[in-house]
Amino acid sequence: MTLKTFLLASSAAALSVGAAAAEDLTFVSWGGAYQASQLKAYAEPYMAANPGVNIIWDESSNEAVAKLRAMNEAGNVTWDLVDAEGPDSQRLCDEGLAMEVDFDAALAPAPDGAAASADFGDSLINSCFIPQIVFSTTFGYRSDVAAWNGKEPDSLCAIFDTETFPGKRSLEKRPKKNLEWALLCDGVAKEDLYTVLDSDDGLDRALAKLDTIKDDVIWWTAGAETPQRLADGEVVMGSTYNGRLFSVIVEQKQPVKMLWDWQVFDFDGWIVPAGLPEDRLNRVMDFLHFATDTQRLADQAKYISYGPARASSQPLVSTHADLGVEMAPHMPTNPANQKNYLVNNIEWWADNQDAMESRFQAWLAQ
Amino acid sequence: MSAIPPYATTGQRLWHYTFRVICGLIFFFLIAPIVVVIPLSFNAEDFFTFTPKMLALDPEGYSLKHYRDFFTNTDWQAALWNSVRIAPMATLLSVSFGTLAAIGLSQSHVPFRRAIMAVLISPMIVPLIISAAGMYFFYSRIGLQGSYWGVVLAHAVLGIPFVIITVTATLVGFDRSLTRAAANMGAGPIRTFFQVQMPLILPGVISGALFAFITSFDEVVVVLFVGSAQQKTLPWQMFIGLREQISPTILAVATVLVVFSIALLTVLELLRRRSERLRGMSPS
Amino acid sequence: MSDITRNDGPTGPMLAADGTPLKRSLARSLRRQKLRALMLIAPLLVFVLVTFIAPIADMLFRSVENQIVSETLPETVLALRDWDAKAGSLPEEPVFAALAADLQAAVAAKTHTRLGSRLNYENSGISSLFRKSGRDVGKWDMTTDGPFREKFIEIDKGWGDIGVWQTIKTYSPRYTPGYFLNAVDLAKGVDGIEARAANERIYITLFLRTLWMSLTITASCLILGYPVAWLLANLRASSANVLMILVLLPFWTSLLVRTSAWKVLLQQQGVINDLLVWIGLVGDANRLVMINNQFGTILAMTHVLLPFMILPLYSVMKTIPPSYLRAAKSLGATDWTAFWRVYFPQSVPGIGAGSILVFIIAIGYYITPELVGGTKGVFISNRIAFHISSSLNWGLGAALGAILLVAVLLLYWAYDKIVGIDNVKLG
Repeated sequence: MTLKTFLLASSAAALSVGAAAAEDLTFVSWGGAYQASQLKAYAEPYMAANPGVNIIWDESSNEAVAKLRAMNEAGNVTWDLVDAEGPDSQRLCDEGLAMEVDFDAALAPAPDGAAASADFGDSLINSCFIPQIVFSTTFGYRSDVAAWNGKEPDSLCAIFDTETFPGKRSLEKRPKKNLEWALLCDGVAKEDLYTVLDSDDGLDRALAKLDTIKDDVIWWTAGAETPQRLADGEVVMGSTYNGRLFSVIVEQKQPVKMLWDWQVFDFDGWIVPAGLPEDRLNRVMDFLHFATDTQRLADQAKYISYGPARASSQPLVSTHADLGVEMAPHMPTNPANQKNYLVNNIEWWADNQDAMESRFQAWLAQ
Repeated sequence: MSAIPPYATTGQRLWHYTFRVICGLIFFFLIAPIVVVIPLSFNAEDFFTFTPKMLALDPEGYSLKHYRDFFTNTDWQAALWNSVRIAPMATLLSVSFGTLAAIGLSQSHVPFRRAIMAVLISPMIVPLIISAAGMYFFYSRIGLQGSYWGVVLAHAVLGIPFVIITVTATLVGFDRSLTRAAANMGAGPIRTFFQVQMPLILPGVISGALFAFITSFDEVVVVLFVGSAQQKTLPWQMFIGLREQISPTILAVATVLVVFSIALLTVLELLRRRSERLRGMSPS
Repeated sequence: MSDITRNDGPTGPMLAADGTPLKRSLARSLRRQKLRALMLIAPLLVFVLVTFIAPIADMLFRSVENQIVSETLPETVLALRDWDAKAGSLPEEPVFAALAADLQAAVAAKTHTRLGSRLNYENSGISSLFRKSGRDVGKWDMTTDGPFREKFIEIDKGWGDIGVWQTIKTYSPRYTPGYFLNAVDLAKGVDGIEARAANERIYITLFLRTLWMSLTITASCLILGYPVAWLLANLRASSANVLMILVLLPFWTSLLVRTSAWKVLLQQQGVINDLLVWIGLVGDANRLVMINNQFGTILAMTHVLLPFMILPLYSVMKTIPPSYLRAAKSLGATDWTAFWRVYFPQSVPGIGAGSILVFIIAIGYYITPELVGGTKGVFISNRIAFHISSSLNWGLGAALGAILLVAVLLLYWAYDKIVGIDNVKLG
């Protein structure tokens, strides 16, 4: 009997496979609070307006370059739209894995009629990248650590001060940003950062500084890890994207505070994989036109504290959708938050990523 | 060991009880991690530890909200549905190919038997990460990567060694004179297979099927590489959850899966007894 | 299955029922039997070869494949043939001219950055060289803009570094042992094989760590598994069956469930630490660090793999008659001598089977170390996954995989010799 029902179930399952909807779209993003904000601001309204379309999410943006390469090599691209940060989009564009986009033709103009390319301005860092947000990578810390005797960190270099601020730290398992922060705290001036990194022993110097806290670091690969570890009390401070910290502090009301010192600004946006068949491409471009207009970009800021990439969206940013909190003070671009800051040096990192990455990963494994 | 003989010395008695305590601790080590998950999944808070209210057995400390989340959240439901769609199909493939081959392998003269056996068992031996990476590149090349059938084929091949092992094990004790008797009485090979051989090896086939099923249902490494978001299975969703957002929903899912394993285990035990009865062995 | 029905006299050959000589008839029947067996096996064999063996062979091929250099820079590779890498002087203008032409074509096809990444594995810094040059070379006019040697060095002084050219020449063949050398911390230089720079040597350490952690896990499983197997084998059947469930339940429970459980237990704010703080064994500020390190990996994996040790041990111990022990004792042996000289030697096959099985599974493990191992508690498998999905050094990933695979297959062979694949029991 067991076998019979089992056979029936299997063949039923097999039959239903053939009937999979033709309008399934696969979007790739970063998971967690950020993906949730995209779901609410873009995907849900779009699906409501187009009932035949079903959007499926893949939390693989971390591995986007690798997977797109493999798909491209095989000529079988299963992704329709990929959320990528600036430098990754640069690599994808350079390698011909991302499609070049005619911004003014593909994207909606601003409400005042200004062309999309003018409205996006500097955030158009290459010809494949359709920007969504300005975000920053910054630190959060727990405000209730007994071992700190009432002190609270007020500068970035507290990360390296394990005497005053003992406890585990959470840092990204990539060289980018960590190297810059290490050098800043090793006494290098902001203007000299990349000159030092270009010199022969610049990297060694940065790694030597990181060595001083290596035993106290838990490394992260997904943006949601640091907020989770902060909330669980597994780490006392850690770097992550500012919007993730917003959700842990304001939405989940955890005893965590922001440390905006030397935040690193970056753009995040969509890229369309090269080589999509025409019907899927049309559907994706239709979505992009919808999801990157002035109102939609401003809507995303209702759910997460990232600044919209369009100039015309910025005045529309108001309050949090559920909590009614004013969003402006939580934006990385708020003047009070950017006394010290860096802007991600996309060109330098695109050129030097491979060299830095291999040395950094070897250092980690040693 | 079953009882201490009356003439045992004090030292022997002491050792007897110490030994039992040690074994008890090891059993505790085996089972405690699984048991701990269950009460925590009923936590009313989003924490992973026992809250004071839970320890005081206050009903307010407990809730079913994580189960509600599992059964209403579209991500978890999609993952469950994908697992339910993939595992039976993969099992069906492993069982039908595997049973046929096991019968072939149990014939008395099979050329290259050892080599063939080694190849067929290899999916169980090769580290999953190597299988996964190989399938990732190869399936990409032939257009199977990120498709339902890609994942099904990959899981089917991972389940095959289990089917081969369990079915050949039942065939070892199989009395060949039974098929000969059937042939003597005029039954064709197909009829002999279905009416004589099949009922006797069925317990082996089903337990092989259960192994193949659980292999697919539990598998995460290969599906991470071979699948795409449309094939996100339950273990995949748990893996994301463990790496990114450890919500207690994972513990609710874990509890559901533990209950499911108990059910499978029971079926397997009943089958084993039935098989031993059928083959005329005394049930142990 | 031919049955002999008559015998045609003492002189003629023995004949089967249909009159053919018995020998031939038997041979034919044997052939038919073999053929039938093969026919039954064939579908599965083909299935496994196509869906499993072919993918692995395909991946292993990547560990030596190196066509990207000669495909992206065909003219340069040709021109470099006459250049003496050991002479200590830069290549001449024709090589630079060939590079300019190749690079221009590569920029148009968007393949130059990928080649840069490939060569960067061998000589850190080449990737940025190709990227920077690609931006300018695309704009050059091949017929009028020469000579190119100075122009290249102007873009980046790296082109004036002989080391870069040595790397390109060394890695221009279509197949290379480079990835395998890299996997054991060596590199191919102009003068043959040399050691990598100290800050790039990680793989030997990683292999050794994988090895000793797997051994530790195997040993812990043996220490914990042996008493339990002994108890199960020597209890009354009814109580043994009940206790067996405690072994089989973890075995049947999803790996991710067990890993999540360990995460919940071992965290600094987790169940074990909470318990210790509550009892007062450790202070709230000094909670133990039991996760994201080797301890976490070893503990969780010992739990995950323990049933794989207990089950083979149990099936061997079940066959050792308890009367042997009693006989030894009645002949005057102490408990310890009886166990050590009589029982233990008979349980050795079980120890062998269980240990090899646990070791084989441990050495290739990925999920549990990934989730609880941090940076120090990860295995070579995690490194392979990293190269396949993050660093994109697929060749190196494949080479590491090949080495791991050979190790596992050797153990598998040993297992087959000692235990026999046919004797693997499940459940």
